[in-house]
Amino acid sequence: MSAVIENHHDDHHHGPAEGITRWLFTTNHKDIGTLYLWFSFVMFLIGGAMAMVIRAELFQPGMQIVEPEFYNQMITLHGLIMIFGGVMPAFVGLANWLVPMQIGAPDMALPRMNNLSFWILPFAFFILLSSLFMEGGAPNFGWTFYAPLSTTYAPPSVTFFIFSVHIMGASSIMGAINVVVTIMNMRAPGVGLMKMPLFVWSWLITAYLLIAVMPVLAGAVTMMLMDIHFGTSFFNAAGGGDPVLFQHIFWFFGHPEVYIMILPAFGIVSHIIETFSRKQLFGYSSMVWAMLSIAILSFVVWAHHMFTVGLPLAAEIFFMWATMLIAVPTGVKVFNWVATMFRGSITFETPMLFAIAFVVLFTIGGLSGLMLAIVPADFQYHDTYFVVAHFHYVLVPGAIFSIMAAVYYWIPKWTGNMYDERLGKLHFWLSFIGVNVTFFPQHFIGLAGMPRRYPDYALQFADWNMVSSVGAFLFGFSQLLFLFIVLKTVMGGKKATDQVWEGARGLEWSVASPAPYHTFSTPPKIN
Amino acid sequence: MMKKFYLIMTWKWATRMSGGSYYVPDQSRFPIFMAFSLFVLVMGASSTINNLDDPSSNSVYILYFGFACLFTTLFFWFRQVIKEHLAGLDSNQLKQSYVYGMAWFIFSEVMFFAAFFGALFYVRTLAVPWLAGEGEKGIGIAAVEMWQGFESTWPVIVTPDQGDGYVLAKKSMAWPGWDHALEWLPLWNTIVLLSSSVTVHFAHLGLKDGNRKKFNRFLGITVTLALIFVGLQAAEYYEAYAYYGLTLNSGIYGSTFFMLTGFHGFHVMMGGIMLAIMLARSVFAGHFEEHDHFGFEAASWYWHFVDVVWVMLFLFVYIL
Repeated sequence: MSAVIENHHDDHHHGPAEGITRWLFTTNHKDIGTLYLWFSFVMFLIGGAMAMVIRAELFQPGMQIVEPEFYNQMITLHGLIMIFGGVMPAFVGLANWLVPMQIGAPDMALPRMNNLSFWILPFAFFILLSSLFMEGGAPNFGWTFYAPLSTTYAPPSVTFFIFSVHIMGASSIMGAINVVVTIMNMRAPGVGLMKMPLFVWSWLITAYLLIAVMPVLAGAVTMMLMDIHFGTSFFNAAGGGDPVLFQHIFWFFGHPEVYIMILPAFGIVSHIIETFSRKQLFGYSSMVWAMLSIAILSFVVWAHHMFTVGLPLAAEIFFMWATMLIAVPTGVKVFNWVATMFRGSITFETPMLFAIAFVVLFTIGGLSGLMLAIVPADFQYHDTYFVVAHFHYVLVPGAIFSIMAAVYYWIPKWTGNMYDERLGKLHFWLSFIGVNVTFFPQHFIGLAGMPRRYPDYALQFADWNMVSSVGAFLFGFSQLLFLFIVLKTVMGGKKATDQVWEGARGLEWSVASPAPYHTFSTPPKIN
Repeated sequence: MMKKFYLIMTWKWATRMSGGSYYVPDQSRFPIFMAFSLFVLVMGASSTINNLDDPSSNSVYILYFGFACLFTTLFFWFRQVIKEHLAGLDSNQLKQSYVYGMAWFIFSEVMFFAAFFGALFYVRTLAVPWLAGEGEKGIGIAAVEMWQGFESTWPVIVTPDQGDGYVLAKKSMAWPGWDHALEWLPLWNTIVLLSSSVTVHFAHLGLKDGNRKKFNRFLGITVTLALIFVGLQAAEYYEAYAYYGLTLNSGIYGSTFFMLTGFHGFHVMMGGIMLAIMLARSVFAGHFEEHDHFGFEAASWYWHFVDVVWVMLFLFVYIL
C-alpha cells in the first residue's frame, strides 16, 4: 500500500489533471480558489438580476412588474445570495489563491476538506434557488428571516431554506478552519506573525469570526425548525419564548458576519494602496490591532440592529456606545490608507482606482453607520431606505469594489496575462458612477421616511427612486463588461511579468506568472 | 495533551517545516461524494419534515439514502486517511494541522451550544419575567393585558397562554431536593459521564505507557459508560413524556430542556461512536502507538468537551 500511495505523492508535482475531473476532484488551492471565484461571480449575476427586478418595480410608484409576494421573495433571495453566495465565497476564493502563496506554503493545510467546503455551496444554492419553484414560493421574509415571519407565517419552502443554511454554514466553518490552520501551521520559516501580509492577517481574524458565529446561525435556524415543525416555543410568547430572542441570536451572528464581509477587503485594499503608492504601508501594526479590535468589538454591538424593538434603556445606551467605539479602529485604518498615499508616487491603474473609491465610499457608509448607531436618531432612520443606503455603501463600493480591485490586481498572476487597462478603467468609472447614482439618493428618500422592503411607495419619493433605478441598471449592466474583461484576460492578452506591478511586495510576486500549479513545495528562504 | 493545549493557548505556533514533505493529497473523489451525500441528506430531511402529516410520503427513503451515502463516504475517507498515515505520509507538520483543526472544530461546537445556552439565559432572566409584567419593560408592554394571570417562575410549567396552544407539563426535571436525590436520574448521569472522562484519561495514560491492555480495557469501560449514559437519558425522556407530560410542546421549559439535553445526547452518541471506532482500531488492527495516536486523542478531546457541556447543563438546566 505504501508504495502505491507514494506514487500518487510524486504525481502531484505534475500539472493539473485533464478534463472535468480536475475541477470535481481537485485538492489544489489554486483550482479551488478559481472554483470559488467563478461560483461567486455566477451568484453575483443571479443576485444582481434579482436586484434589477427590484429596481424595475421601484422605478415608478404603483405596482407594475411583479406581484408583491414575488417582490418579497426577490428581496429575500437577493440578500441571501449576495451575502452567502456572492461576497463570502469570493473572499474564500481569494484566500485560497493568495494565503498559501503569501505565506510560502505548498497548499492549504487540509486540501480535501478544502474541496468539500467548495462543493457544498453549489448544492446549497441549488436548494435555495429551487425554492422559487416550490408550492408557496421561495422564502419571503427578508434575508434576516425574523420570527414569526419566518416561522408562523413562512411558506413551506422555509424547511429547505433552513437546511440549505445548515450546509452552507458547514461549508463556511470548514473553509474557515482550513484558513486558520493554514496560517497557524504552514507559514514558511521566517514569516513571523507580525510579518504576515495584511490580507493574511485579515483572513486569520475573519476565519476566527466565522468559526465563532456560523454555529450560532445554525442554532438559530434549528430553533426555527423546531418551532415550525415540532411544537417548541423559542420564538413564541404564548409558550414563554420571545420573538425578540430570535433577533438577539440572529444578530449575534449577523454583526460579526458584516465584519466577515469587510475585513478581507481591508487586507486587499492595504496591499493595493501600498503597491500603487510605491511606499511601504503606513502603520502596519496599528492596522493589525485595528482589525483585532474591530473583530472583538463586533461581538458586543449586535443589538444596535434592534434599537426600536423595545430594549431596556441601559441596553440601548450600552450598545450605542459600543457601536460608536468601532469608529475608532476603523478611523485608524482610513487614516493609515490616506497616510500611505500621502507623498507617494501614485499611479492610477484600475485596482488603485477601485481601492481609492473603496476608501472614500466605504467611509461614507461608515459615517452613515455612525449616524445609525445613535439611538434617538435610529428611531427615525430604522427600517428606512437610509439603512438600505448605508449597508449598500459598505457592501457594494466596500466589499464588492475590493473584490473587483483584487481581481484586477492579481489576475495577471493567476492567468499570466494583463487585463485590458482601458476597459478596466471604463468598468471602474461606470461602476463608480452607477453605484453612487443608485445608492446616494436612497439616503434622501430614507431620511424623508420611505420604508424599506415595500414594492410600492408614496408619490413624493418618485423622483429619487427613478434616479436610483437608472443608476442600478447602469451599475448592473456594467458588470457584464467586467465579465467580458475577465474572460478576455483568461483567453489571452499582453503577457504579465513575474513582478507584474512595480511597487508590489510579497511572496506571491516572486513566483512566475501565471503561478505554477504547485508553488513553494519547499519553503522559500525569507530574510 | 496538556502540552498541545498549551501550544494553542499561547499561540506558540509551529514554525518547523518538514523540508517540502508536507503531504498534499492527489485528486480525491471523497469531497464531492460527501457534498453530494449532504445534498441528498438535507433534501430528504426537508421533504420528510414537510410531509410529516402525509403517511403516503416516501421522502424518508431519500433521507435514509442520504445517511447511507454519508456514512459510506465517511468510512472510505477515514480509511484512506488512516492508510496514508500508516504509510508514513504524515509529517509532524501535517499532524499539527490535524491538532489545530480538531481544536477549532471543538470551538465551533462550543459556539453551537452557546446559542442554546444563550437562549436559555435570555428567557430565564429576561423574557419570562417580562411576560409576567416585571421590570421597566414588562410594565409598559401589552403582555400584562395579553397574558393575564401568568406568573414568572422557572421552570415554566404554566405557559403565558395557560396551556391554550401548548400541552402543559405536570412536573419538571429540576432538582427534586435531597430527599429524592438518589432516584433522580440526572445525578446518576452526571456520575456516569464524569467517570467516563476519567476512564478515557486512564486509557490515554495506558497508551502513553505502551500498556495496550490497560488502554483497551479503560477505553472499553468508557464506551460502556457512554452507552449507559445514553440509556439513562432515553429512560429520562421516556419518563418525561410518559409520566411528567413534559414534551417539546410544553412551552419554553420543555423547548430549552429537550433541545439542550437532546443536542448534548446527540453529541454523546457521536463521541461514543468515535471512541468505539478507536477501540475497534486498537483491538482488531493494533493501531496507535505510544507517541503517535492523534486519532484517539481527538476523540478523547471531543469526549472531554461533551463532558464539560454536561456540567454546564447539569448546573443551568437541572440544578439552578
